[in-house]
Amino acid sequence: MSHVSLRKTPLYDKHVALHARMAEFAGFLMPIYYRGILEEHQAVRRKVGVFDISHMGRLWVRGPQAFEFLQKMITHDLKKLKNGKILYTPLCNEEGKILDDILVYQNKMDEFYLVVNASNVEKDLKWLKTQAKGENVSFLDESQGTAFLAVQGPLADLLMEKLLGASLHDMGYYHFKKMKWKEVELLVSRTGYTGESGFEISIPKEKALDFWDELFRVDIGHEVIPVGLGARDTLRLEMRYLLYGHDMTQENTPLEAGLAWTISFHKGDFIGRQALIGQREEGLKRRLVGFEMIDQAIPRQGHSVLRDGREMGLVTSGSFSPTLSKNIGLAYIDIAYAHVGIPIYISIRGVERLAEIVKTPFYKGGLSSLKSKIQN
Amino acid sequence: MNVPKDLKYSKTHEWVRSEKGEGVVGITDFAQHELGDVVFVELPKVGQKLKAEDSCAVVESVKAASDIYAPLSGTVLRVNESLAKDTSVVNKDPYDSGWFFVLQLDPHSLATELLSAQDYQRLIGVEA
Repeated sequence: MSHVSLRKTPLYDKHVALHARMAEFAGFLMPIYYRGILEEHQAVRRKVGVFDISHMGRLWVRGPQAFEFLQKMITHDLKKLKNGKILYTPLCNEEGKILDDILVYQNKMDEFYLVVNASNVEKDLKWLKTQAKGENVSFLDESQGTAFLAVQGPLADLLMEKLLGASLHDMGYYHFKKMKWKEVELLVSRTGYTGESGFEISIPKEKALDFWDELFRVDIGHEVIPVGLGARDTLRLEMRYLLYGHDMTQENTPLEAGLAWTISFHKGDFIGRQALIGQREEGLKRRLVGFEMIDQAIPRQGHSVLRDGREMGLVTSGSFSPTLSKNIGLAYIDIAYAHVGIPIYISIRGVERLAEIVKTPFYKGGLSSLKSKIQN
Repeated sequence: MNVPKDLKYSKTHEWVRSEKGEGVVGITDFAQHELGDVVFVELPKVGQKLKAEDSCAVVESVKAASDIYAPLSGTVLRVNESLAKDTSVVNKDPYDSGWFFVLQLDPHSLATELLSAQDYQRLIGVEA
């Protein structure tokens, strides 16, 4: 593939200098790994790792009607937010199908910050602008002007506190604030896609390289390593965090994807509400489940799920799990079989391999072990 | 990139060490480096008859599965059972403990059709 048309993040030259394995992701040339996916995965589970996630889209939504507008756009209830807090939510169309899954940061009642999937920035922006016609709401795409980094792992707090010279202890999960680093304004949130505690940081792109370098110079008594998208994918899969374009697409509703907790039917009208109520009443035909392989084989996206020789599902994500040393996956499955403990077969290179539907998250440590404390 | 002089190579990045009618097969240092961390290997069955260039095994990195092709024709004599427990040797020691299987080579299977170390180095763009 030609790399000519691919976009680069402000840290591209750094990744190349670090000899990262680069590959296309969502139109960007991104680091897949530096030393190896397994080592990077374990570094995040055990110590800390730093990711360049500048490919993620970031938009400011502003205006006196911003709150009412977004409340109508998303399935989750924006009233759960207050200034400095963040909400995870699907963005649906009228059919209740998922256009994207996004984070909504409330800075003020008339100022919100959206973090959206790289592959969906243009689609989302077009959708939001169309829906906002006649309303007093403005949009500003900040994606290109800033870099976006993630610092994730049990030592992420220590690293960030030393770097910023400020306590982050009182910043709760899914909270954010504007902070200063050497006179540079940062947007720092306690969020992530790994299942470990950590932060995501937006920084003006001219300062990104200095900030990145500084993250590896701070002495925390342990090596800090860069982590690529390969480990980001295995880390998120162990947590059953969904990946747009794979575990959910414009063919799926949040109910099918197991995201019922992000739908607030009682908040008032929102786009997709009628369709989702209809689907809930009618009953689901399929649902996304997590499964573990019992036979020795690795499930991959696109593999069929079989029962009694009949195809009754499709794998949407699958990988070796470095933390569990098992092969795991997610699949949409006929509702009749979508229950924990049910044996299923995955068709892998023409051979039916035994697997079992299991409770998720697959990984029980990290944030999973603190779940009751961090539920928003 | 390590390309031992005493081995023969296929264009699909397998190596063969042939001796007394038997051929030990594995993947090259270049191949393991391209794949990244190997986490699963599916081996052929002992007794299976293979023709040169048959897809006969699968090596999986964290990200993806890749086919392994028989570099020569023959019958599978032994497979490296230890890969079921520890696949990291494919990365760490691709020419020795990371071997995949041993073929009883067909008498008419000609190792001369394979690449020399020098030719293989040229293929992967590494100077000797």
